[in-house]
Amino acid sequence: MLGFLTRTRGKSRMDVTDILAWAWLILGTLVIAIPIGWAFLSSFKPEAEINSFPPTLLPRAAEELAIDGYDEPLPAYAWTDEQGETRTVGLVRRIGLKATVVDPASPGERLSVDASAIEKQTVLRPEWSNYTDPLERFAFLTYLKNSVFVTTVATILTLVLNSMAAFALSKYRFRGSTTIFVLMLSTLMLPLSVIMVPAFMVVVGLNLADNLWGVIFSTVATPTGVFLLRQYMLTIPDDLIEAARVDAASEFRIYWRIILPLSAPALAVLAIFSVIWRWNDFLWPLIVLSSPENYTLQLGLNAFQGQFTVQWHYILSMTVVALLPVTLIFLFLQRYITEGVASSGVK
Amino acid sequence: MAATDDGYVRPAREAPVSSSDRGDRLLEAAMAVVEWPFTRLQRLIGLRRMPWVFVLPNMALFTIFVFIPVLLAIGYAFTGGTELLLWNRPFVGFENFSRLLSCGSYLDPATCELDLFWTAVFNTTWYTAFNATGTLVVSLVTALVLNRLTRGKAFFRAIFFYPVLLSPVVVALVWKWFLARNGLLNAVFADLMGERTIFLLEVLWSRFWVVYVSIWFHMGFYTLIILAGLQAIPRDIYEAALIDGTTRWRQFWRLTLPLLMPNLLVVLVLLLIRSVQVFDEAWVLTDGGGPGTANTFVVQFIYETAFATDVRLYGLASAASVLMGLALLVLTLVQLWLGKKAEN
Repeated sequence: MLGFLTRTRGKSRMDVTDILAWAWLILGTLVIAIPIGWAFLSSFKPEAEINSFPPTLLPRAAEELAIDGYDEPLPAYAWTDEQGETRTVGLVRRIGLKATVVDPASPGERLSVDASAIEKQTVLRPEWSNYTDPLERFAFLTYLKNSVFVTTVATILTLVLNSMAAFALSKYRFRGSTTIFVLMLSTLMLPLSVIMVPAFMVVVGLNLADNLWGVIFSTVATPTGVFLLRQYMLTIPDDLIEAARVDAASEFRIYWRIILPLSAPALAVLAIFSVIWRWNDFLWPLIVLSSPENYTLQLGLNAFQGQFTVQWHYILSMTVVALLPVTLIFLFLQRYITEGVASSGVK
Repeated sequence: MAATDDGYVRPAREAPVSSSDRGDRLLEAAMAVVEWPFTRLQRLIGLRRMPWVFVLPNMALFTIFVFIPVLLAIGYAFTGGTELLLWNRPFVGFENFSRLLSCGSYLDPATCELDLFWTAVFNTTWYTAFNATGTLVVSLVTALVLNRLTRGKAFFRAIFFYPVLLSPVVVALVWKWFLARNGLLNAVFADLMGERTIFLLEVLWSRFWVVYVSIWFHMGFYTLIILAGLQAIPRDIYEAALIDGTTRWRQFWRLTLPLLMPNLLVVLVLLLIRSVQVFDEAWVLTDGGGPGTANTFVVQFIYETAFATDVRLYGLASAASVLMGLALLVLTLVQLWLGKKAEN
């Protein structure tokens, strides 16, 4: 039964293992896509529909009819009359088993019909207000700004500081260089959860608690970034540097004008990872940031869903906003990401 | 700017003047401004000290935010009170540890002084066991399937990897909605079972879904690592086996699995290390470890003891951190040892 676990290739005929392998791939794709797709579709549903059960697949909204003589558009209903003919009518009011409707063809005439003979009409329509309301009425615009700020600044600082350190650690032999490198690497495995309390004390001591800079500064000196860039810079020939020195270029000029441009591929990988890390960070911002006006999108989303548990139409739309940047990066740069992970084992 | 073969760096273009050229010059000027202080500095301190200038900013931040906290972490574990600044805290010796470890019976969290901590330890243990095994099996199968694909490999690899990039909050909310009373799963479940279940409010279901969501979230990462290991196995070994008429089943058990074993062990230890630290997605998914304390894990205990209560017991939280750190250290050493063995 588990024959598909073995590997052969180049067969012309589909056999059992091929079928099982494809079944696994298709099942896996569905398992990954369905929850995300479902959240995405639901994020466009109006509040009334999101709370109805059984759920509908696509976002639908009540259809409305504009009829002469009525200030507001009337909800559209399909009315099946005694002859079995179906017409679209506007509902004026419903009292008990009777409903008053108006045929748009003769707006002056009100009809009294059985409530059971009419059925509500819906149209396919995404509810864009799910997306605009949280930005206008709740603080999501602030959260979004904070997230963009933290992600951008932290990524730029990460690239500059890590590449400078990597340059020194790959292109010079100086006392303590090995020690520094080993010390940095040894913390690769050190999780935040172990040093949560003292790290917070340091942030408080620097007066950076409840401050976005407290989140930024503590995350930029990544050992992963230094390691990744150092390994790449080691492959750049030293002759280039020697030649530049002969031309009286300063050390910083060598770093800035030669090494940095040549390290572009590794810098790109680090930039992609840094953006994803900082955008998704949760536990550390949760500890450092305490007032809502400093929340990042992830914190704001978490606080909002804890407070307004029934507002799923807003929660889901903001969830989509939170996953959008990462998804776009992935769509366009997925090759760099998967290859970067496979070759360096970072995540 | 381009570095030519002889290593000489010259400006990309001199003339004629165009708008993009003006941009280039602006960039040139900006770069020169950045360069200037460093060039001065080099004249001041000499070439041999320049590498220190390059590592210094990174090292400073690293020292402040990583090395100092590591050293302080031990200090906190031996102090009491609710003051945050270490030098204001009274030394209490092993009191925090003895409180954490005082139990009538270690098999029953209810008999412990801090029953929440031991509940968290138990929950983390079962979570780690199920999550590590589950992820390993799913990732291994997926990697094997991907490895034998001749077409569409990059596509499916990308699909399986995509969830890894999402944020824990997003993953938790997507699944919370999927499992909600009005969610898609209940629409199917109600048809089969006749009634709806609030999955995340039932102890066993919620534990199942916490592990399931975690596997769903992270398996793509481990799949990539195992896949890299599979691709490193030389192909001619299989050709030799094919000539010998070995069955595929046998091939898997006798060739693929033994050759992959070092890689799998490293993945397993990595999985254990990460599983012990479970917090973000489980915390959001279960509304803070519920129902009751069914999904309360150790990191949640640390976080809540130190940051989410009125009486902030930093010492107790740090003692719990140190205990967890020790467990992780053992696992890390095992991993390093395995990694070394794999290299030989």
